[in-house]
Amino acid sequence: MSKRSMSKCSMPMRVAVAAGLSLLAAGCGDTGEASGGKTLTVFAAASLTESFTSLGTTFEASHRGVKVRFNFGGSSGLAQQIGQGAPADVFASASPAPMKQVSDESRVFARNRLVIAVPKDDPGKVTKLADLAGPRLKIVVCAEQVPCGAAATKAFAAAGVRVKPASQEQDVRAVLTKVSLGEADAGLVYRTDAKAAAAKVRGIEFPESAKAINDYPIVALPKAPQSALAKEFVQLVLSAQGQAVLAQAGFEPASPG
Amino acid sequence: MLSTKPSRAAEKLPGRPPWILVLPALAGLAFLVLPLAGLLIRAPWSTIGTRLAEPQVLEALRLSLVTATLATALCLLLGVPLAWLLARVSFRGARLVRALVTVPLVLPPVVGGVALLLVLGRRGLVGGWLYDTFGISLPFTTAGVVLAETFVAMPFLVISVEGALRAADLRYEEAAATLGATRWTIFRRVTLPLVAPGIAAGAILCWARALGEFGATITFAGNFPGRTQTMPLAVYLALETDPEAAIVLSLVLLVVSVLVLAALRDRWVNTT
Amino acid sequence: MSGVTGLDARLVVRRGAFDLDLELRAEPGEVVALLGPNGAGKSTALRALAGLVPLHDGHLRVDGTDLSRLPPERRGIGMVFQDYLLFPHLSALENVAFGPRSQGTRKREARRRAAEWLAHVGLADHADARPRALSGGQAQRVALARALAVRPRLLLLDEPLAALDAHTRLEIRAALRRHLAGFDGAAVLVTHDPLDAMVLADRLVVLESGRLVQEGPPAEVARRPRTDYVARLVGLNLYRGHAAAGTVLIDDGAIKLDTVDRLEGQVFLAFAPSSVALYRSRPDGSPRNLWQARVEAIERQGDRVRVRLEGPPLAAAADVTPGAVAELGLVEGSVIWAAVKATETHVYPA
Repeated sequence: MSKRSMSKCSMPMRVAVAAGLSLLAAGCGDTGEASGGKTLTVFAAASLTESFTSLGTTFEASHRGVKVRFNFGGSSGLAQQIGQGAPADVFASASPAPMKQVSDESRVFARNRLVIAVPKDDPGKVTKLADLAGPRLKIVVCAEQVPCGAAATKAFAAAGVRVKPASQEQDVRAVLTKVSLGEADAGLVYRTDAKAAAAKVRGIEFPESAKAINDYPIVALPKAPQSALAKEFVQLVLSAQGQAVLAQAGFEPASPG
Repeated sequence: MLSTKPSRAAEKLPGRPPWILVLPALAGLAFLVLPLAGLLIRAPWSTIGTRLAEPQVLEALRLSLVTATLATALCLLLGVPLAWLLARVSFRGARLVRALVTVPLVLPPVVGGVALLLVLGRRGLVGGWLYDTFGISLPFTTAGVVLAETFVAMPFLVISVEGALRAADLRYEEAAATLGATRWTIFRRVTLPLVAPGIAAGAILCWARALGEFGATITFAGNFPGRTQTMPLAVYLALETDPEAAIVLSLVLLVVSVLVLAALRDRWVNTT
Repeated sequence: MSGVTGLDARLVVRRGAFDLDLELRAEPGEVVALLGPNGAGKSTALRALAGLVPLHDGHLRVDGTDLSRLPPERRGIGMVFQDYLLFPHLSALENVAFGPRSQGTRKREARRRAAEWLAHVGLADHADARPRALSGGQAQRVALARALAVRPRLLLLDEPLAALDAHTRLEIRAALRRHLAGFDGAAVLVTHDPLDAMVLADRLVVLESGRLVQEGPPAEVARRPRTDYVARLVGLNLYRGHAAAGTVLIDDGAIKLDTVDRLEGQVFLAFAPSSVALYRSRPDGSPRNLWQARVEAIERQGDRVRVRLEGPPLAAAADVTPGAVAELGLVEGSVIWAAVKATETHVYPA
């Protein structure tokens, strides 16, 4: 099966909520070579932006002359770009499905779980997942086609809660936008996203999230232009140092095995 | 024939057109058409029938056509008077207003959607009042889709109509005034008919832009099948899991819009 | 003065370097032609009357009613525009019905009246035609019907014949004359064509650089031009001079012309180009009013040839036959003798 070259880069950009409303362009993979030295190209899920950028700096510090370049975006879009021959060295996905399109050799390096995000003043008085079924509440979740939406469906099923969402957003950041502006009374997002947007939303943990934990797999791509460096970067992510950075962002460690 | 009547299209110059124009013209055409060819070549023709029969596809298509048409109507209702104001009334700050009208053209549509949320959202400047007073909340509704599309598409209408108004011969309006017509009568019975081709062209552009609208719509109105999920949104989400479905949806949107535009163009633009 | 009927106006319009200051009167039933070179302010005056350009000063009354502050749509003035400006999207009938409709007449009544007007101008069977299907002459008549259908007290016509070819023009001019004769309000006509003005108007008002330079009945203006522009229009040689004892000393010229008029003081002296006789050498019997001149230009005009003679002593135009040109061997630069009989000159007070 051949992949189509419909990269998400051509689509409008997603919204970031972190400090006020600023826009983050999902970086489009520019395939030009950096002048001099080696360049390591990492394709990673958008939710890894902060932690991987930090790890990239660490990696550059320990590898003189090496430049790490990131392409953050939706995991399935990145998988399609790699399928179309984008020159990636490392691919880190937010869920196993896109990874399967690219490689079977991946290892899980982090896990993320859903939390309920509510506006700071919590107008819907939400404390648990079952509260989201309230008929007067406006709930937004991710569309089922994207990993956070699939996870939300699983969590609702596990809790036996029937929720009628007002909207199925295209990604987590869109859910966060709606919640932080108060358009929605609650939404399901990853714990890492809620943490990053802590100034605008409050994250509420719920036990059923254990049934819908997202595994983040990573792989040094077999056809990587910089395969040695790629393996070293994956090592860094899996190392204690890498795990500490990820934990700080709200990720849980990968369960052994 | 009178010298001031719009003259018949002049005879085309005989002879070979210069290559310095023909080559870039062909390159431009290829650039516009090749992506379409790509879609057609890669389309999963064997399964296209069953994919089209899915109710979600028709629902999204229906919603797209309805909202784009309503948005165009709203653009006409608000945009034609705005264009008239810009073309016919001199006031302080007209240049600034003219620049502001084009803002949605340069603004990334997602930002437009966020801006609409900030103004018309449940806690927005105007939306908050609407919600507190009437219990009306626009995000996540079909009306929200129409508003988002209107916001993005209106500049196309205003710019076309203003251009047509500026090109129209003002002396017809003077003639109407000497016959006792008020400015409103002049606008209705002389100006509008004279610039009708410009309005039609603007409305067509406006409709096409509204039909393809994605960023502002998904940001302001969200995505829910049957209510706010238009074709571009369906295409985008299909791309996440099933690129072939995305191609089929794109083709459907393309075919329908080309058919509608071709029909309207023949009817409104060429014959007037 | 509000008891005055017809048009009574003083139009003052300033526009950059140009300014117009014109007193204009027209009795009910009278047709006044505004005549003048391009840029003299004729059209501006007409637009000021219609309310399409604002008055900076002066007044404007029609049948005693002050119109100067009213917008164009409330002045009750009919106007025929230079290119007629028939609304291209409306039929001839709808064009004529536009005025009555705008004044609040019901649609059916407006159309009935429009049909009457179209019949009046002989276009009853073109009621459904779009303007682009009409000939220039037909369009002009529709425009006239449209202007008259608002029952104006003042009718304005801006170069009503300028857009027509020479043949149609003759016919339409005669028709327009009939319609104007039947109109009982005041009418002001702008034209740069002296013939149109002579045929259509009861009185000419000549405008140069925004000022009135001459007015009067057409025959009077034609016979006694008072500016070079008017003299050229009516085809006369015109000079200013000082008259004394039956002779006129031409200003700026070293020549005295004998006349038969008994005037004293500052005068105009005019004679027709056809009164000038040309000779290759000094004629025998030495007629009076003889001078030597150099040929500046030779132009064919219909079956006549116009010979322009350089001054001094007297710049003049002479009309001769083509045969005479050949006989005299006239070329540009020839030096010849010219004479005009005293009985052919016409002298009037300046």
